Amino acid sequence: MIVAERKPLAEILDMVKDCTKILVLACRGCVTVCSAGGEREAEILASLIRLGMKKNGRSCEVIEGSLVRQCDREYVDAIDQWQGQYDAIVSTACGVGVNFIANLRPSDNVFPALNTTFFGGSAEQGIWSEQCAGCGDCVLHLTGGLCPVARCAKSLMNGPCGGSVDGRCEIDPDVECVWQMIYDRMGRLDRQQEMAKPAPIRDWSTAGHGGPRKQVREDLTVS
Amino acid sequence: MSFTPDIRLFSCHYTSQQGCANEGKELRELGFPENIRLTRVPCTGKLEISTMLKAFEDGADAVYVVGCPVDSCHNVKGSQRAAKRVTAVCEMLQELDVEPERVRMYHLDRGLHPEFVDAGKEMNQDIEKIGPSPF
Repeated sequence: MIVAERKPLAEILDMVKDCTKILVLACRGCVTVCSAGGEREAEILASLIRLGMKKNGRSCEVIEGSLVRQCDREYVDAIDQWQGQYDAIVSTACGVGVNFIANLRPSDNVFPALNTTFFGGSAEQGIWSEQCAGCGDCVLHLTGGLCPVARCAKSLMNGPCGGSVDGRCEIDPDVECVWQMIYDRMGRLDRQQEMAKPAPIRDWSTAGHGGPRKQVREDLTVS
Repeated sequence: MSFTPDIRLFSCHYTSQQGCANEGKELRELGFPENIRLTRVPCTGKLEISTMLKAFEDGADAVYVVGCPVDSCHNVKGSQRAAKRVTAVCEMLQELDVEPERVRMYHLDRGLHPEFVDAGKEMNQDIEKIGPSPF
């Protein structure tokens, strides 16, 4: 899922300081799962905006709403139901959702309530970690399913750097060296010999270095 | 300037059970501040952050939660969850540049103990000193 976290409240309050009617818009997709921008978090944020505005001596009406997702046209169109009730949308979706609202509603002010952080998962309640960098050229078949692009601080492709100690990354002893994990895992799978083959130089053009990426599935496009 | 704070207390069913008996008669006799409004919840673990914030929106000068002792919650981890949420609200108040002391968690044994009354008195005295809510 896409993982995100709420921006500092002062930053959000500064964005909306001149607004008098605000729609705090939750997304029931990834950010609900990572407890950053679902209905519960939108309710909290709406309350905090009301309190913050009141404390700053500003009068503001704050309503809440939610969409199934904010990253699909048909769901974003549902914002029509709040037409006339806001002069700005504070979206608690990831950056994709904010962009979609900006793309599809040219006359609406939309502000991000979250910092979108990474693609990750939750191994235990309340803790999320990055697992994928969305680089567009997956190598997980070569590394036992563990991603060196996302999980190695240097995104190395041919084993660990010289800085790892006792299976821990030199950037932080709390971070496991993913190359140590790959080595150990490939050993358990009796596939360590595959690691002797040098990885070719990566083509990073799929990783967004060539501008915004786009994907077209001709079998799904019907105009 | 002295003022009478509006204080909201959320307490779990078990911790406040005896305190609520006879419509709180005993509590009053023990000197529990009358300006504290008690709301009983089945378990403090069910108390939402938004409920505490709403209390501030509704004019509360302070909010506090009384739940079971950390290691003997009737619902195992309910009061631990409540404490985490109280901490979250505390941090939110700090983000708003508001005194974090306006929200607090107490873990108390069930039954009408002096500690239940003392917590109320302590909260009341502290908020009287801090002053009215800036909201």
